Amino acid sequence: MRATLRRTLGLAWVVPALVLVGVFVYLPLVQNLQFSTLKWDIYSGSQEYVGLDNYARLVDDPVFWSALGNNTLYAVVSIVFQVFGALLLAALIESIRSERWQRALRAVYFIPAAISLTVAGLLFYFIYEPKLGPLNHALRAVGLDQLAQAWLGQESTAMSAIIAMSQWQGFGYSTLLFAVAIQRIPAEIYGAAAIDGVGPVGRFFHVTVPLVREMTGLMAIVTLSGAFQVFNEVMVMTAGGPNNSTQVLGTWLYRSGFVRNNFGYAAAIATVLFVITLGIAVAQLWVARRRRVEW
Amino acid sequence: MVTRLSFLAVIARVFMWAFLLALAVVVLYPLAWMTLNGFKTNAELFGDPFALPLDWSFANYAKAWNRGVSDYLTTSVLVTLTSTVATVFVSAWAAYGLTRVDIPLGKTLTAAILGGLMLAPTVALVPLVKMFQAMGLYNTFWALLILYTAFRIPFTTFLIRAYMIDLPREVDEAAAMDGAGRWTCFWRIILPMCKPIITSTVLLHILFTWNEYLFAMVFTSGAGVQTLPVGLTSLMSKHGTAYPVVFAGMVIAALPVVLLFFVGQRYIVKGLADGIGK
Repeated sequence: MRATLRRTLGLAWVVPALVLVGVFVYLPLVQNLQFSTLKWDIYSGSQEYVGLDNYARLVDDPVFWSALGNNTLYAVVSIVFQVFGALLLAALIESIRSERWQRALRAVYFIPAAISLTVAGLLFYFIYEPKLGPLNHALRAVGLDQLAQAWLGQESTAMSAIIAMSQWQGFGYSTLLFAVAIQRIPAEIYGAAAIDGVGPVGRFFHVTVPLVREMTGLMAIVTLSGAFQVFNEVMVMTAGGPNNSTQVLGTWLYRSGFVRNNFGYAAAIATVLFVITLGIAVAQLWVARRRRVEW
Repeated sequence: MVTRLSFLAVIARVFMWAFLLALAVVVLYPLAWMTLNGFKTNAELFGDPFALPLDWSFANYAKAWNRGVSDYLTTSVLVTLTSTVATVFVSAWAAYGLTRVDIPLGKTLTAAILGGLMLAPTVALVPLVKMFQAMGLYNTFWALLILYTAFRIPFTTFLIRAYMIDLPREVDEAAAMDGAGRWTCFWRIILPMCKPIITSTVLLHILFTWNEYLFAMVFTSGAGVQTLPVGLTSLMSKHGTAYPVVFAGMVIAALPVVLLFFVGQRYIVKGLADGIGK
């Protein structure tokens, strides 16, 4: 009896965390599902049950599909640059003999990831700016006048310009983590490969790549998940324009709910986002578990 | 043969260094440009974007400061400090309970808290707005403090828990033998032993809170409660084309976290590496 009481009292350590996570992380998730079945005007407060209407409208909404497409493009480009590119870059850095230079390069590449996406987004807003932006000035200076354009102001280039900024901002983060993973590879393995006459390229493909593959898997998942949650940089640089061409799920959700006052519809978009991110998270658990079994 | 190989190796090295240094320039140049623009006049900015400022005056910084940046900075500092303290303590308590105290349903509770890692804040946005309106906390400092704490508990607990689980059992037993209760054991023995990971979680939480935008933008609107990331966009929209002032504001927002990164690099890297997959 006393023992049971003592064990139960031990719960006090966990209760604050449980309550905060339960009320502010889990509960909204459940409520979101309920809200997605309502036609809901936040100003008049009127709520009307409409079943799956919001989801049906979603299917017919071209902006929703183009937003989903933009998120997917974001994911693909980010995986190329921030997973495979970063792995290659980390291997290059780790091949430098001077540890001082290794540290300096890793730190410099990471700086954009330390500053906020708002600052990075505003900075690139100005870099892309047609009149004062250094990008167009540089193009004109080297005689490529016809390439100078309103990068964020036209549908054909706006999304790519935002994604490019995002690569600039994020590649140092994954490079740093890959560098840590490469440092954990025992030096003897590289030594043995070198004695066997395996060159640097061979060592990269036959030693580095296989031995950091868990990190590669985890980075791919983290990058993918981030790509579907993009919000800040789009909001700051274009707010989804021009003509909704740079909407992503996050900004379209925001606009539907908070600008067009259609919270039920926003909740339906949130549900789609939930299914996608949960799927990715389950994949992550699967990768992590498989690794544990192997080791 | 040997000379030919080493010749190729030299060429490869040259290309590698050229690439690595060019990439460093691509990273640093925009940041340098931003910093320099904080010193320019509007006319200079629209003239030649590559020119250096004619006069190194801090006038734009003073203007930015007086046009709201001082308020945004104060709010950012307050939200960052309070939510860091709240998150790290609540998470350390939870990690202690989950790893070193015999509690009922330990495994389920661990899964419940860490499971929060899988959920995206965007998904909870609409219900949270309604919830905070109902509580009368919408557009207050409390909204950000509560949200930043609640949404970072899973990650922070994950990191501290992974560290605590590796501390030897004998530590608690020795403490119990000396008659120390759980409370004393946590504060006097376990928490001090966790100092390295606590440092990591503190630094990562500061980086997160300082830069967070989604919640800050949706849950606050007045100048008294806006943090820097949202305040910068207000500065941009309110003052039309006084761009150098905006650049000065951006530098003020970026500088503290860049310095923090350089000072605490070792701990930040360790926290990030453990956080992604230990």
